Amino acid sequence: MQFQNRIRLAGAGPQGSPGTAKTGVSRCSNPGHPSRFLGFETTSRLPLRLYANSEMDSESIIELRRVSRRFDTQLVLRDVNLQVRRGETLAIIGESGCGKSVTLKLMTALLTPTAGDVVWFGRPIVHVPERELAKLRLRFGYLFQGAALFDSMSVYENVAFGLRENRKLSENAIRDNVQQRLQEIGLDESICDRKPAELSGGMRKRVGLARALALEPEIVLYDEPTTGLDPVMSDVINELILRVRSLRPVTSIVVTHDMRTVDRVSDRVVMLSPLSRLEPDDSQIIFDGTTEELFAAADPRVNCFVRGDTADRSVETTITQSA
Amino acid sequence: MSVATFPNSGPVEVVGRLTLQLVESTGDLALFGLRTVRSLLGRMPRRSVLFPSMYQIGVRSLSVVMITGTFIGMVLAAQSYNQFRLMHLESRLGAVITMTLVTELGPVLAATMLAGRVGSAIAAELGTMRVTEQIDALRALGADPVNYLVVPRFLGCFLLIPLLTAIADGMGILGGWVLSTRLLGINNYHYWNYAIAYVTAYDVMHGLVKSVFFGAAIAVISCHRGFHCGAGAEGVGRAATSAFVASFVVILMLDLILGVLINNVYYVIWPGAISLV
Repeated sequence: MQFQNRIRLAGAGPQGSPGTAKTGVSRCSNPGHPSRFLGFETTSRLPLRLYANSEMDSESIIELRRVSRRFDTQLVLRDVNLQVRRGETLAIIGESGCGKSVTLKLMTALLTPTAGDVVWFGRPIVHVPERELAKLRLRFGYLFQGAALFDSMSVYENVAFGLRENRKLSENAIRDNVQQRLQEIGLDESICDRKPAELSGGMRKRVGLARALALEPEIVLYDEPTTGLDPVMSDVINELILRVRSLRPVTSIVVTHDMRTVDRVSDRVVMLSPLSRLEPDDSQIIFDGTTEELFAAADPRVNCFVRGDTADRSVETTITQSA
Repeated sequence: MSVATFPNSGPVEVVGRLTLQLVESTGDLALFGLRTVRSLLGRMPRRSVLFPSMYQIGVRSLSVVMITGTFIGMVLAAQSYNQFRLMHLESRLGAVITMTLVTELGPVLAATMLAGRVGSAIAAELGTMRVTEQIDALRALGADPVNYLVVPRFLGCFLLIPLLTAIADGMGILGGWVLSTRLLGINNYHYWNYAIAYVTAYDVMHGLVKSVFFGAAIAVISCHRGFHCGAGAEGVGRAATSAFVASFVVILMLDLILGVLINNVYYVIWPGAISLV
């Protein structure tokens, strides 16, 4: 597949849908001001080999088929159908507690569905043994919400962990690989000996990303990558997501409720709604479309979420609490 | 499954539910133990993972086991002396102290200390790893969490508890001997003579064999509690506490069952043998 020189501008999205060029370049954007098509400003200091949306094809690499997930008596996901296409950057958004992170874990088989099928590269995985799943899972890189760095290990050992477990490499090769990954995410080698507890939130996320990329995954999953970070560091993380995509042909799935992240990095957006706000026959996916369509959506539920408008929710909350 | 979710249930339903809960958690624990053993047989953990676990479990427990062992030997001597003196049997104190320590107090005490010091720490550490998604991260990076986290701790407890028990036995015997002969005035020759005459290698093995089961139980229960920890700091605290409580209860239950079993085996092997009493 040819990946080079494929910057696609607005209006040439997948399946003929309007899209934006989400390459390794940053854009001046603001969720409240949809002037996001206008400017391109390269902020990356690395040489950009641009892998862009045109590599995206209709091949579904992850698919959820009528997936439901229950925790004890609480149903979190109900009959969710979702396809992730190769090469796209999919953002999954929704209110807290709507099942975004659960969806991500179901996609990577870190959780098993209560009902329905998860399909990887055309193959249902529900009955695949864990040992085989563990090997297949190496095609995924996962940046966890709190980075989930191993406390007892140094930064170096964290990044090298996947390589040591799964590749028979010499210590020199592992060191080179770790250095390369840290450089890629803009961290200095001097932090190699530090423990995760000594790092700031942003640095932890960056090390988590370096660890996720160490095995050169085809699919990178980001679970709320900017949550808990200051606006500048959030933007650094957004930039890194773009940079990862610019340097390698990856499919990205970003779970977030940060609209700036959605705006900057995603090609396609899926919005989930908590089941408590839905009728029994309603689909839990209340929006599936491009970023532009998201910002122009007429559905008040989507619209309120995008704009951060409480609408009648403050009243609802009061009623729920008093009940 | 929680009783609290059904506040209006009748007593029969509550008893039924608790029974189901007990059966379910026991089955879950047994499956977890089987998974651990299967994982151990499939792949040995790397030295870089195993040795730190063994250091934490064995070496770091040494001091507490030695101190408690010494004191329990002394307490045993002090408490038994008055009773035995009334029967003019104080010269037999060496036999009683040694026998009690090697068959019962040494293994149970070492296991209790291990459950308190190591079991709670294991449950809290693994619980925190679960809460902070580190266990998920292990899986995402192609590692088997049971093989990586449970097997080294299991081996640490399983292999090192006999040594800790032997040390607790030794320190207890030493403490009992010092108190008996130096403070209570029991003759040194009689003390050791009766101790050697009554306590056999089988009795020492009795305690050490039991300790292996205690160690396995502590590791499996503590790791299981950590892996199934509830959310947040409260969940971690509860996992650490319940790991100790459950381990302690299981240690005492195993002590009874294994004690009876090993004694019966003794009488099967040596049918004419008589007990100390």
